[in-house]
Formats: sequence, structure tokens, C-alpha cells
Amino acid sequence: MTPAAADLPYVDPERQDHLRRRARRDAGIASLSTVVALALIVWGVTSAPGWPAVKEQFFSPSEFKASFPSVLRGFLLNVKLFCVAEVLILVVALGIALLRGLRAPVFLPFRLLAALFVDVFRGVPTLLLVFLFGFGIPALQIQGLTSSVTVWGTVALVVSYSAYVSEVYRAGIESVHPSQRAAARSLGLSSFQTMRHVVLPQAVRRVLPPLLNDFVSLQKDTALVAVLGPIEALRAAQIYESSDFNSTPLVAAALLFIAITIPLARVTDRLLARERERQTIGVR
Amino acid sequence: MLTVGTDKPAYPPYFENNNPANGKGFESAVAYAVAKQLGYATNQVKWVVVPFNSSYQPGPKRFDFDINEISITPQRAKVVDFSDGYYNVNQAVIALKGGKADGVTTIEGLKKLKFGVQVGTTSLQTIQDIVKPTQQPSVFNDTDAATKALKNGQVDAIVVDLPTAFYITGAELDNGIIVGQFPAPAKGEQFGLLMQKGSPILTCVNQAVAAIKSSGELQQITDKWLGAGAGVVTFS
Repeated sequence: MTPAAADLPYVDPERQDHLRRRARRDAGIASLSTVVALALIVWGVTSAPGWPAVKEQFFSPSEFKASFPSVLRGFLLNVKLFCVAEVLILVVALGIALLRGLRAPVFLPFRLLAALFVDVFRGVPTLLLVFLFGFGIPALQIQGLTSSVTVWGTVALVVSYSAYVSEVYRAGIESVHPSQRAAARSLGLSSFQTMRHVVLPQAVRRVLPPLLNDFVSLQKDTALVAVLGPIEALRAAQIYESSDFNSTPLVAAALLFIAITIPLARVTDRLLARERERQTIGVR
Repeated sequence: MLTVGTDKPAYPPYFENNNPANGKGFESAVAYAVAKQLGYATNQVKWVVVPFNSSYQPGPKRFDFDINEISITPQRAKVVDFSDGYYNVNQAVIALKGGKADGVTTIEGLKKLKFGVQVGTTSLQTIQDIVKPTQQPSVFNDTDAATKALKNGQVDAIVVDLPTAFYITGAELDNGIIVGQFPAPAKGEQFGLLMQKGSPILTCVNQAVAAIKSSGELQQITDKWLGAGAGVVTFS
């Protein structure tokens, strides 16, 4: 007997066998029920009287092939908007969350401003913000200010999402137990150092899953910028749709969005699982 | 009861006061004239709101015909039925006085402009197929947004059908001008009444359209609501 094996708890081989058999049976039942459920759905949809028309309207292979290149070109704009906005949101939202957390009386105006920002921009529909920033600000005709719609569309997304994400950060910061802060301060760390080295690292790790959740949503909302004129995926699809009276391009655009959001969602799941494991170490 | 569809808001000069049922505006008048030929009195016509992009979705239609400045194209006719055309439409370019587009008379001269246009229109196809501009055109949900972008200087010019161009430069833009109109495409571009594919009333509707054409009623309606297209430069 090796020393390592000695540490392992005793397992009853019979019970082990039983567990294995049960796992096999469960897997069998699960796959059978999945197959039956899927078959029922497919049969139900395809046997509907209007299915041929719906199939031609939404799932036409030739329309898909014809529209895909221009939808994909549009999608690159979505990805660009997303990447730029995401980085800015992470920074701006953290700033707002930190401002709201300032406790010294002298910072009251900042705290109020940050609270106002969150209250207002979380309450206003993102689409309205996109219109306001994209058409409203250029209409002011201020010298030297860009009238680029992609810039102002991105600003609108950043403003809207920063309001949400700052609340996510704040929840994370407040979830760190006060004793952590107290311990850090008693070790002589300044309140900035406490935030930087003790509170934030724990807070950010805890809010990673909800942050990713917001980014999945941001990914889709990049399509809102289309109302200002740029041709992104959904708009490209819409152009094709109205020229041929066929909605398949919209499905093509949806597939592209899904192609990005599903991996993001899986990453979120993985992070959640890892976090749970980390917190329950030693507990079985 | 004859059910007629159109989008909301319904824009002049095709409809007046966003109310298709008042008989005012070109398409409202055409719809009532066709209805009369089909044997429906004014009070037997019911209007329903049909957003443009729902007019061609599969499934039963909520209207007998839809009148919404819809251009007849062969691709579209695969999905729905169109009546014979009731209006020959030309596409036109609007811009601001003194702007980059002011004074352009050739299609070549249009190429370097930034265009704005409403999604789902043949105006967009005109830009893409005839002008082929060097900058990607901006595509908006509606002509209102395109007009806003023109005012803001975010686009140099917008493309709309000629009657709309007259309306926008007359009523919505203080210093708007019609730069010019595009030469009519080979087979012409026509507005048609949209019906369910295989609609049983297609033949009757076509007869009605032919009747108001030959009696001169359609011409009267066109003159009354869309007025003169004269005095607009055609791009060479």
C-alpha cells in the first residue's frame, strides 16, 4: 500500500458498481427523453400547415447564402462596437462605483452625481439614449465636436451600460465583509490601498459572472446603433429582407450573434463553477 | 367590407394628417377610387395598420390589399401578388442649399457624397446600383431620421422618391433643395397594391386599376396630390 493510497477513504466496490450502473441508466434515460422531446418539437413544427411558407420565408438556403457575406460584413461593426464599448464600460463603471463608495463628507457632491448618473441612465431606454446622443449632440453644432454616429452611438452604449455595471461593481464591493476592510486599515493601509489591494480583488472576482452577463446583453444591443445609420449585421439583414421580401437574412444575423454569446455564456458558467469550488473547498 | 392596409405614420403627400380614412392624399384617394370600382362605397372601406415589414410575412393577411408606396420588383413578386402599377416613380436627391451636393448634375458627381436613406426602400437600391458611392450610405429606420441626419450634417444628401422629395423640401427643411432626379430605370419603377400570394381578388383589382387609368381619374388624382414633377434636373 502506497502512502498516497492510505489517505484515500475506503470505498465499497459493490457500491461503486451500483453507482456506475445507475450513472449509465441515468445517461440512457436522459438521452432518450432528449431525443423524444426534440423529435416531438420538430414533428409539431414541420407538420403545421403553414410550415412550407415559413420555411421558405425564414430558412431559405439560397437567401442565406446570398445575404451572408453582407450580414457578416455588418457583424464586424457589431464586434468592433462591442470591443470598444466593453473596455470603456469596465473603466467608467468602476469609476462610478468607487465614487459612490467614497465616505469622506467632502466627497458628497461626487457621490450625489454618481448616484444621479446611475438613476437617470439606468431608467432611460438605451434606444432613446442612442437617438439623443447620435442626433441630439451633433444637432448642437458645437465646433470641433465630432458628428460621427458610430462614436456617439458607442458613447450612448457606454453611458447606459456603465450605469448598470457600476451597480454590479458596487454590489461586489459591498459584499466584501467589513472585517476585511477593518483588518487592512488596522495593518496601516490607507483607505485607497485597502480598496486597491484588499476589497477590489475580492469584489471583482465575485461579480465576474454578472459582468459577463451584462456583456452578453451589450453584444446584442450594439444593433441599436443601427438607428443612426451605420450598417451593422441586423441592418444589413433588414436591407436584404425588404429587397427580396424574405426574412432568412435575419436568421443569419441571429446565428452570428449566437455564435458569440454562447461561448461567452459557457465561460460564465465555467467561472461560476470555479468560484463555487473555490468557496466550498474541503466541503463534500 | 373592403380592408385596406397601410403603415403608420402615413406620410404626405400620400396621406394627409396621418389619417388614411379621410380620402386625402394620393394613396388614400387611389384606394377609395379602386374600392369604388370594386363596388365598395366609402363607408365600406376599413383601414388597418400594416407595418411595411409585416406586409410580406407568411400566413393569412389582415387586409385585402396594402397601399404603402411599395415598388413592384420581380423578387418581391415571388412572395406576394402585386396589382398593375398605379404610379411611375422616380428617385430624387435632396440636400441642403450650399452643401456639398448643391449644384451636382451628374451621377459621377454624386459618387463622393455621403448618402442617407430609409431602409427597405428602392431609394437604397438606386444608390447602390446606380450611384455606387465611395462611402457606405447611412441607412435609417425612416425618412424622418434621414432628414435629421441631413440637417445635422451627418450625411450630405438623402435619396427619396420624387413626391416625398417635394414634400420634404417644401414642408420639413428650411433650406432644402431637390438636387435632381435619377433617369427612370429601363422598365420603369412602379408602385403597386400588395396582396396575398394567389389572392382571389387580384384580377378584379387589376380591372379596377385599369378602369381608373382609362377614365382619367387616376391622372386627376395624381395631378391633384403629387402635382408637377417639372423643373427638376435629371442626372446625366
